[in-house]
Amino acid sequence: MYENVEMRQVFSNELGKIMERDERVVCIDADLARAQGTLGLRQQFPDRAFDVGVAEQNMASVAAGLAAYGFIPFIGSFTPFATRRICDQVAISITYAKRNVKIVGLDPGISAELNGGTHMSMEDIGVMRSIPGMVIFEPVDCMQLVKAMPEIVRYDGPIYIRLFRKAVPAIFHEDYQFDLFKADLIKAGTDVSIFASGIMVSQAVSACEILRGKGINAELINIHTIKPIDRKAVIESARKTGAVVTCENHNIIGGLNSAVCEILAEDFPVHVKAVGVKDHFGEVAKIDYLLAKYKMTPGDIVDAAVECINRKTRGQSGFCSSSEPSSNH
Amino acid sequence: MKENEIAFLVDKSKHIRRLTIDSIGKLGVGHVGGCLSIVEALVVLYYKEMNINPQKPDMAGRDRFVMSKGHAGPALYAVLADKGYFEACLLDTLNRPETTLPSHCDMIRTKGIDMTAGSLGQGFSCAVGMAKGSKIKGDNSRIYTVVGDGESQEGQIWEAAMFAAQQKLNNLIGFTDYNKFQLDGGISEIVGLEPLDMKWKAFGWDVIVVQDGHDVKEIAEAIGKARQSEAKPTMIILNTIKGKGVSFAEAAGVTNHNMPVTEEQRIQALKELA
Ligand SMILES: Cc1ncc(C[n+]2csc(CCOP(=O)(O)OP(=O)(O)O)c2C)c(N)n1
Ligand SMILES: [Mg+2]
Repeated sequence: MYENVEMRQVFSNELGKIMERDERVVCIDADLARAQGTLGLRQQFPDRAFDVGVAEQNMASVAAGLAAYGFIPFIGSFTPFATRRICDQVAISITYAKRNVKIVGLDPGISAELNGGTHMSMEDIGVMRSIPGMVIFEPVDCMQLVKAMPEIVRYDGPIYIRLFRKAVPAIFHEDYQFDLFKADLIKAGTDVSIFASGIMVSQAVSACEILRGKGINAELINIHTIKPIDRKAVIESARKTGAVVTCENHNIIGGLNSAVCEILAEDFPVHVKAVGVKDHFGEVAKIDYLLAKYKMTPGDIVDAAVECINRKTRGQSGFCSSSEPSSNH
Repeated sequence: MKENEIAFLVDKSKHIRRLTIDSIGKLGVGHVGGCLSIVEALVVLYYKEMNINPQKPDMAGRDRFVMSKGHAGPALYAVLADKGYFEACLLDTLNRPETTLPSHCDMIRTKGIDMTAGSLGQGFSCAVGMAKGSKIKGDNSRIYTVVGDGESQEGQIWEAAMFAAQQKLNNLIGFTDYNKFQLDGGISEIVGLEPLDMKWKAFGWDVIVVQDGHDVKEIAEAIGKARQSEAKPTMIILNTIKGKGVSFAEAAGVTNHNMPVTEEQRIQALKELA
């Protein structure tokens, strides 16, 4: 249904519908409305859709002020400028003050493509995740985004929406049941748990196919909400398979891998392999090139899964023997 | 300024435009508008004003340039290639995988780039830091920097402005590329800057308004005046045209910020600039 539709188009359509029925909702841009697809909302809502100019920090605190006045602002910029650039404003004006502001970050991680290293946020989840009270949501496809938008508005508190702007392969159909705080089981399996988010989910879907060919039955879970992460889903799956691979379009420090490891280390230690950006900055290139260069392809996920399973079956455990230290980082 | 010097700079500007649109055109997309609006200022700086040596890009005490609106990298790369900082054929690698010429200026990757930029507002503060550094060292170098008019909406610009004035950084010469457009629309309809000259004055800077920011003579005279300043940094406000000199880009208006360029458009532009 949403094949070949851009995520930003879906986002602005849904936001427009919500603004129509809920007069508390406002849309604030910082000179990236054209990139985000929200420019058209200004005609429809001349009072409630506006631009603060290239001034992200101001945008964040202006939004907090509007929230203190009973509004529900959506603010947006590219991921680095919607997180690290405005980190203190998000921390104090928005979260510390418990203001209900929704923050949209566009072009996460390597998806900034030709804008290059300065625009590639490898740390935005890490920045936002360490701020108390922040919810982090990364939609995997248009259907999930459509189902999520009303929930995001209904939730009374700040949410960071990590938004890929172009078209993505559909993962979910019309009958999909969305829960903001529950992870999605994409494929049940028994041998290894793959936790993935964002654009890495479709990479992981392909990896599961390859693994099937090798006689490996992988379980794939989409972690759309990285904070608060669905603890139960992570532990139950790890308990079932005993081997875990995380896949994220983000530094493996501070993002999904860290979130999963924090839980498992405490409640159910198993081997975990991280697929993602290995603690370096980005650079100009198309997504496919960078996926290959940074070892984030389906083949890399397969390798990680196989290694994890091998360790499990050899009975080597990082916590009992140190013969083969994990070299994730 | 002598007529032949003016003619040289005018001609050079045309050549830099040619190299710029050629490299962006071969890639097929880029920040066309903001590259073309700043060409004359770059040409006057690099071919007339700055104390630099392409053979010694790290020369101590050299003048520095910071492209704070870092997305205009391609125009600066054209200048650096033409000056001999690196081979001109590298321009064809613009924004391709493993390039040394990424869309936004990068001092680690590119010879001749004095400061990394791309996150708007930061480069200007970096230029202020350099000017302060030069004062501490007493090496008599000058620091030049370009900010966008949209970029001037960042609070950081004005924090840096106050500090530079406080420190009496008369070795700092800024340019505002006042092309009247940002990404979402016209500056005056998004967040207006007027009266921009008065703002800079009120922040403790000398201000020179260049009526035609594509007139090399006017730009050179403004820089000459700025160099006389005894105790203040100077902001030179350049009234420019976004997409200047390439008809399809000028016609695209607000959408020329980051636009696709077809092969036909590239060839057409090269013809216009022949
Ligand atoms: C901090 C930050 N916010 C947003 C952007 C995205 N962005 C790049 S260029 C631009 C518009 C800049 O307009 P202006 O300064 O007028 O540049 P010019 O017209 O010279 O191209 C925006 C919003 C960015 N690079 N950095
Ligand atoms: Mg401008």
